[in-house]
Amino acid sequence: MTLLEISDLHVSFRTADGIVQAVRGLSFSVDVGQTLGIVGESGSGKSVSTQTVVGLTRGAQVSGKALFEGHDLLTMSQRELQQVRGSKIGMIFQDPLSSLHPYYRVGWQIAEMIRAHEKHTSKAAARARAIDLLGLVGISQPARRVDDFPHQFSGGMRQRAMIAMAMSLQPKLLIADEPTTALDVTVQAQVLKVMQRLQAEFGTAIVLITHDLGVIAEAADDVVVMYAGAAMEKAPRRQLFYDNHHPYTEGLLQSLPSYGEDRARLRPIPGQPPSLIDLPGGCPFHPRCPYVMDRCRTEEPPLMVVGRRTRHSSACWLPRDPAKRAEVRLQITGVGR
Amino acid sequence: MSDDILISADNVVKHFPVQSGSLLHRSKEVVHAVDGVSLEVRRGETLGLVGETGCGKSTLARCLARLFDITSGKIVFDGRDISRLNPRQMRPLRREMQMVFQDPYGSLNPRRRVGSIIGDPLAIHNIADGQERKRQVQELMELVGLHPEHYNRFPAEFSGGQRQRIGVARALALRPKLIICDEPVSALDVSVQAQIINLLSDLQDFLKLTYIFIAHDLSVVRHVSDRVGVMYLGQIVELAPVSDLYGKARHPYTTALLSGVPVPDPDEAATRHRIVLVGDVPSPIDPPSGCRFHPRCPKAQQRCVDTEPALVPRSGDSELHPTACHFPVAEGEDLTEAVPQISVADRVVEPTSSGGERP
Repeated sequence: MTLLEISDLHVSFRTADGIVQAVRGLSFSVDVGQTLGIVGESGSGKSVSTQTVVGLTRGAQVSGKALFEGHDLLTMSQRELQQVRGSKIGMIFQDPLSSLHPYYRVGWQIAEMIRAHEKHTSKAAARARAIDLLGLVGISQPARRVDDFPHQFSGGMRQRAMIAMAMSLQPKLLIADEPTTALDVTVQAQVLKVMQRLQAEFGTAIVLITHDLGVIAEAADDVVVMYAGAAMEKAPRRQLFYDNHHPYTEGLLQSLPSYGEDRARLRPIPGQPPSLIDLPGGCPFHPRCPYVMDRCRTEEPPLMVVGRRTRHSSACWLPRDPAKRAEVRLQITGVGR
Repeated sequence: MSDDILISADNVVKHFPVQSGSLLHRSKEVVHAVDGVSLEVRRGETLGLVGETGCGKSTLARCLARLFDITSGKIVFDGRDISRLNPRQMRPLRREMQMVFQDPYGSLNPRRRVGSIIGDPLAIHNIADGQERKRQVQELMELVGLHPEHYNRFPAEFSGGQRQRIGVARALALRPKLIICDEPVSALDVSVQAQIINLLSDLQDFLKLTYIFIAHDLSVVRHVSDRVGVMYLGQIVELAPVSDLYGKARHPYTTALLSGVPVPDPDEAATRHRIVLVGDVPSPIDPPSGCRFHPRCPKAQQRCVDTEPALVPRSGDSELHPTACHFPVAEGEDLTEAVPQISVADRVVEPTSSGGERP
């Protein structure tokens, strides 16, 4: 069942240098209880798109649709959106220090969140729930730590407190924007585990935004790969890693230092991502693509279904059929794969 | 000491005093940032240093480069004891050791042109001026893959990856023997990260450089290093050639670190046994007794609380692979089910100080 369906989302910002086209025609949907991973590099539009959906991008020009349980979030008033944010859509951001208020006790902040949405809940009851939630995300001695200030928590604990807050009203959807990026490896593991446990318990759908393909491999059911404000490829996790179609996806995976093999030379994607003010014509990836064809320079490919799998689509002019694709690639690069 | 050692540290200690308490009841405490580190770096090799936030890896690097005075211990660079040299005495040696920093945005002066940033070391050390300096700078720019005609541009006109190339060019200007890279690729996107890693490795081959490479990303460190040291709370807990460290880690902390890395491979991720450590790194102001890792260690026993383990080869490992652990991990041992054999009071309590996130 679809919980959130975004279609043809465009977001742009007017700046002194020109119009920044941050998101260009993005569509995706999230099913109940599933994790959708959105992966991309800086400036690919992965954060802007979800922030726009929940009404957090002021001054942006937005078009498209974002249906959440059948209601369009993009046409809601700020008041209606405030009702949805927190109670139905929880959010966690990258930096757990700046997302908690430094002057208020952690438990108070969680209780306040609960009381903002549930007027009938007493202070004592909200506090008791805050303690339960802190325990749930694995903070030891929650009854004591509930009165700590954010600076008394470590980075990992703050991020877990943010998860506790985001989950306090058992939202249907959790938007996690780079939730583990600022954390150390051992703490990252704790946070991912907490998120997965809560998802299993409450059936929450998660939109997981990250640049880390390792996190995607571990936690996402379906994946959207973004580049220059648009989706390049959408696929179930295993297809994305083992049977991808788009050269950008392939390039991303190849540029990682592989964990398995020894010091083979890395294969980076040449060049830099394009400026969102002055995008190249045709496919936005064509200046960096090893398989660029004439058509790519003039015509931007739409997302097209790959093979018979309807959940796998790619915005690339290369043939759908693997054998034909290999043939075309060979003609272009002279290298067989 | 043999000739092929470029830099060595012997029991290096760096403590930072901190003041705490009220105005009247001041107590002087010290942060044990680096606490007795000994290591050697051979000419032409890359020594990787890994560890979590606050483990002292960056402080150690700055001590080795003598950007900090050290509290005690000895540092020998190129056969010369540099542990007690003052800044003026260090100055000629600065030509031989350079640093590349993490943040390509913060480490370049935004108001100065790229040509003059890269040319700075040449000016400071009176190596070249005028047209000759410009020629050398442009040569450096070409060496690191920048367009020499961008000599007069400002840092803001370059992307993150290009700025890191500028940082590398500046470090190379004086033809140093040693380059200390402190998280050189962590601020970069993956596709660009790979470009910089390849550049560093090409330069090493071409200019016979020695690197100390600090990073928290274990796959990057594995890719670039010959040997790797794992740090925890100011100490090296395990040091080994890269294949040994990633193939048969002995220290439970190393094992946990390695198991925590998210691998970009769904099938492997599904079958991996991840050791989730409890709690966070304790405060370096008052490090735990005995083995500093004992409060979080799944294998801890009473001995770990009482006695500090020495960094020596264990379980028949070679001299090149010392581990500071009383109960090293055997090959194939599964730590996910291990239960510490120490009293609850000695186990981890979450810290009240901040820590755990990367800068």
